Amino acid sequence: MSNVPADLRYTRSHEWLRDEGDGTMTIGITDHAQDALGDLVYVETPEAGRSVKAGDACATVESVKAASDVYAPIGGEVVEGNAQLADQPELINQDPYGAGWIMKLRPASAGDLGRLMDAAGYTASLEE
Amino acid sequence: MGDRTPLFEEHQRLGARIVDFGGWDMPLHYGSQIDEHHAVRRRAGMFDVSHMTVVDLDGADARPWLRHLLANDVDRLPEPGSALYSCMLNETGGVIDDLIAYDLGGNRYRIVVNAATRAKDLAWLERHAAGHDVAVRERPDLAMIAVQGPEARELAATLLLSDAHREAALMLQPFQAADLGEVFVARTGYTGEDGWEIILPAARAADFWRGLEQAGAAPCGLGARDTLRLEAGMNLYGQDMDEDSSPLESGLGWTVAWEPADRDFIGRRALEAQRDSGPLRKLVGLLLQDKGVLRSHQRVVVEGIGEGEITSGGFSPTLGRSIAFARVPAGSGERVQVDVRGRLLAARVVRPPFVRLGKARIELD
Repeated sequence: MSNVPADLRYTRSHEWLRDEGDGTMTIGITDHAQDALGDLVYVETPEAGRSVKAGDACATVESVKAASDVYAPIGGEVVEGNAQLADQPELINQDPYGAGWIMKLRPASAGDLGRLMDAAGYTASLEE
Repeated sequence: MGDRTPLFEEHQRLGARIVDFGGWDMPLHYGSQIDEHHAVRRRAGMFDVSHMTVVDLDGADARPWLRHLLANDVDRLPEPGSALYSCMLNETGGVIDDLIAYDLGGNRYRIVVNAATRAKDLAWLERHAAGHDVAVRERPDLAMIAVQGPEARELAATLLLSDAHREAALMLQPFQAADLGEVFVARTGYTGEDGWEIILPAARAADFWRGLEQAGAAPCGLGARDTLRLEAGMNLYGQDMDEDSSPLESGLGWTVAWEPADRDFIGRRALEAQRDSGPLRKLVGLLLQDKGVLRSHQRVVVEGIGEGEITSGGFSPTLGRSIAFARVPAGSGERVQVDVRGRLLAARVVRPPFVRLGKARIELD
């Protein structure tokens, strides 16, 4: 059973989003996703200042098994990519919702979050 | 549900991620294939390889028959208890399978062939045995556990039942094997580390596995098995060679015994023709210069010469870089490019092995 924290929002493509309350959102991939990918070996994070639209591929995670794109759950401006992942991609496997965060975004518009799933919705989608 | 080895319940108990491999339900890993890989290079790991096919051959014709069937020459085996690695070829010089052949003495041999090629191999052996004094006997009653790593042999020796057995086992040189009561111990492996492959009755396998676990061997799955053998420069049948490629195009020219020149083995004529005119393709090792992971079937571009293909690719945990085997035009030089997810990345041709006995064997740049 994968871990799905109740306080986050989710996409069908297995990204999670946390509202930091200071105008920024932290984004990563879920426990289900890291488990399916296996050991991660490379992560490419986007550069600060880049503008993304919801659904844009903005990061890449590469595991022993496969490479996978990470999609922006909402549109906005990239504030920061997690620099630690360059040397420690395994943080995503070990702590996907904490130290394994992938990027921080400043959202383009406040209303976007409504389109994301809550924990119950994401869990249900995993069983489909 | 696929076929299951006698150790399947052990894998479940250990929390393995089970996947299909050639019709078998096998452990891919028990948590982290990278951790398992490091355990083998640094200490000792153990692998359930009971899905592989053990075939015993017995009869007055066994030796000449094997000399006809295999591209390597069992006459090179100096004494009972020694082993060699060989390809088994078809009439056009293509590889039917690769295997290890053990001389058991007294006109008896044991060969271990791949799991995925079992039906094909047995049909080939039985067809060619007809009319010769050699009995082909598959041994599905046997299980097989590989224990590999710098501490593997000492650790596994504690599981043997007597001082005499322990001593005999620890004295084995690489590519030597011994029958120790019910346990057949061979100093062979598929990781590039020292260690043993142990063949034993299926009924004893679970106890032996648990004993190894208690002695400190780390359970390791197919994921680590693949990254270890790739680092070690060892081919995987079905990826790095198949019936449409010869040993000469697969980096396995060294396994073909051309001498004595009058030893006729299946595929010899076709292979000689290829050898004499020069093979058109070769298998090389690649080290990716950029970040990323090389994977099977990616296109290789050799400027001014042509194109090739990655046969096996992956991430090398020991080197922290991506490595691969690639089949490329024979005239290719040291620099190539690989199409990785739509981008051409630079790779350097290197001569395998990439890693042996825990250490890098290539220059990293």
